[in-house]
Amino acid sequence: MRDKVVQVLEIKMIDKRVNNFEEALQGIADSSTVLLGGFGQAGSPVELIEALIDQGATNLTVVSNNAGEGEFGLAALMKAGRIRKVICSYPRSSGSFIFEELYESGKIELEIVPQGTLSERMRAAGAGIGGFFTPTSAGTLLSQDKEVRQIDGKDYVFEKPLKADVALIKAHTADRWGNLTYNKSARNFGPAMAMAADLTIAQVQEITNLGEIDPEHVVTPGIFVNRVLEVKLEN
Amino acid sequence: MPLNRNQIAWRIAQEIEDGNYVNLGIGMPELVANYIPENREIIFHSENGILGMGPQPEKSEEDGDLINAGKKPVTLLTGGSYFNHTDSFAMVRGGHIDLCVLGAFQISKNGDLANWATLDNSKPPGVGGAMDLAVGAKSIFVMTEHCTKDGTPKIMEECSYPLTGQGVVNTIFTDLAVIDITSEGLKVREKINEISFMELQNKTGAPLIESDIKELSPPVL
Repeated sequence: MRDKVVQVLEIKMIDKRVNNFEEALQGIADSSTVLLGGFGQAGSPVELIEALIDQGATNLTVVSNNAGEGEFGLAALMKAGRIRKVICSYPRSSGSFIFEELYESGKIELEIVPQGTLSERMRAAGAGIGGFFTPTSAGTLLSQDKEVRQIDGKDYVFEKPLKADVALIKAHTADRWGNLTYNKSARNFGPAMAMAADLTIAQVQEITNLGEIDPEHVVTPGIFVNRVLEVKLEN
Repeated sequence: MPLNRNQIAWRIAQEIEDGNYVNLGIGMPELVANYIPENREIIFHSENGILGMGPQPEKSEEDGDLINAGKKPVTLLTGGSYFNHTDSFAMVRGGHIDLCVLGAFQISKNGDLANWATLDNSKPPGVGGAMDLAVGAKSIFVMTEHCTKDGTPKIMEECSYPLTGQGVVNTIFTDLAVIDITSEGLKVREKINEISFMELQNKTGAPLIESDIKELSPPVL
């Protein structure tokens, strides 16, 4: 027994957990396109977005269903002057006064995309699809500069994939492989955004041990996620 | 008497068939959920990722992660489900939603709908899911006052506001009448007794077809 050489193999474990906001947001560059999860406040990664103010990246193009409300989260990032352009479906929620001020004074660019198209464009980017034809917006102002094709007698508008440098999303539970589950209607854009960005960062309520999320219940498989940060929030 | 909003909602609710998957637009259409006849099981879809959406909860039961498309707190009925936006809009565009009830700024005689932007460019526009719903649901009902507050008809030859969808509306439910959009034109199916067909025509910006008009008479609500 004593003669036997015991070879200790160092197994490099996949570990997407990060310890703090600084590690979570490391490397986000100026002029990045950043996807922000959430529909209104449900699923909005408010704490990650606010940490991005300290991180310092600026001249950002932000993709988000809404344009922020109050003076927290996305609205705070806007107020800090870090956003050049917003791509969203509905910027007019009550309480979006910071966006409205910036828009009306010409300090922020706006691109309106129908909600289903917005989500599908990100899914297409994540799925390696070069674009798709949708009936949504045919014959409206929003398809004015786009290719329209008649398929089986119906007009369809060509939409391109929407790829991003970074996605900041909020989920409920993660493990060290980056598998995610969500909570109720806070799931919304999370799964599409996670797959559409080169760097996907999720803030979660809880990180559990590998194997504790039932494989049948994983909503976003860890392959689409790069970093997970536990941010415990009071309900 | 012209119908109040609850009465228009009641009238629309009578039209919804048992087993339908229904999306109610933000605002006035949400009232329709209050008047579904008791013997029908209807599944409400909310485009932010809910099927089987239930009514607003008690204040103490509100959950910020469980909201409707208007961002108001809701509940989930037994059997309900959550899903992501891409799946939700696959349901919408893929023709899986039986009926969507939407509000309107204007409707044209051939069923064009304008409900997302006016000609006022000082405010930022916002479309949300309206264009997807308009083009995707199997049936589109419009719930609206017959005329604007200053008396201008909302039903017209052609919409002057930017369109949400072309030729998408099936039936218009107003405070005065129920009007089907058909290949022959705007067919009045029901109207309130207090106005004549000619008076209704005068409040409408496109020709109406008169044929076997029934009385529109909801209960007091």
